[in-house]
Amino acid sequence: METLKIIGAVITLMGSIALLLGALGLVRMPDLYNRIQTGTKASTFGTMLTLFGLVFIFPGWTGKLIILILFVGISNPVSSHVLARNAYRAGVPLTGKTTVDRLAEDMEKKNVEPKNDAQ
Amino acid sequence: MNIKNIGISFLILFGFWLLLNGTFSTPVIVTGLIVSLIIPMWFCARCDVFADMRLTPKAFFYTFIYLFVFGFELVKSNLDVTRRVISPKLPINPGIVKVKTKLKSKMARLILANSITLTPGTFTLAIEKKYLYVHWIDVQDKDVEAATKDIVQKFEKYLEVIYG
Repeated sequence: METLKIIGAVITLMGSIALLLGALGLVRMPDLYNRIQTGTKASTFGTMLTLFGLVFIFPGWTGKLIILILFVGISNPVSSHVLARNAYRAGVPLTGKTTVDRLAEDMEKKNVEPKNDAQ
Repeated sequence: MNIKNIGISFLILFGFWLLLNGTFSTPVIVTGLIVSLIIPMWFCARCDVFADMRLTPKAFFYTFIYLFVFGFELVKSNLDVTRRVISPKLPINPGIVKVKTKLKSKMARLILANSITLTPGTFTLAIEKKYLYVHWIDVQDKDVEAATKDIVQKFEKYLEVIYG
């Protein structure tokens, strides 16, 4: 019993570290799109690990925690995709370090509009 | 074809019900069976969300492999982003590249876009027909074909089997 609790605590701690690094990334990255990169990945992985660690501490909650992990895994990428797409449509600038922007090239040629793709 | 949609919706709802309850007593199972059969028959009479899914043994097998590949990529992407965040020089080389997908099913494209978002240094910015615009934190190939090979193909080969 004690060992299971320690394993759970260690996994939860790893999740918290992932979340902390995600927060650090939000501060350090130069523009919105790179912030979304670190934000999405670290928050998804951190939340998943934290919930997974709780499985060891409270074995009775396993089913509910699995459902939570699934929901986080499905909804997090969708929400960050929508945020990024609408930021791009609203004209949020890319950082000066950007090397290539195919979307702008295609939008200039008028054959692409980043419209709602959930038709 | 609607039997398929209703059947898969039923399985998902029933699975969720059992996980939420955490018990296998008779009243719980009977209630779950009835409710998760009524809801898809009522609301899913004309839906086509799962219509492209293949129900062959090979597709099930590939679904499991896909989950493993995806989990591995998720961990890898976090280590990668962590390395970039901690490093004092902030080694990023961002850009938006265009990639092409062979997948036709809407559901498969959704899963592909979500997987790209959660894996190393990439996220989907826009989808236009068979092209995906992907923001890449460390651009290695600006060319459409080469970027497709790097980003899309590791997932596409599994999704192609599952959804066709």
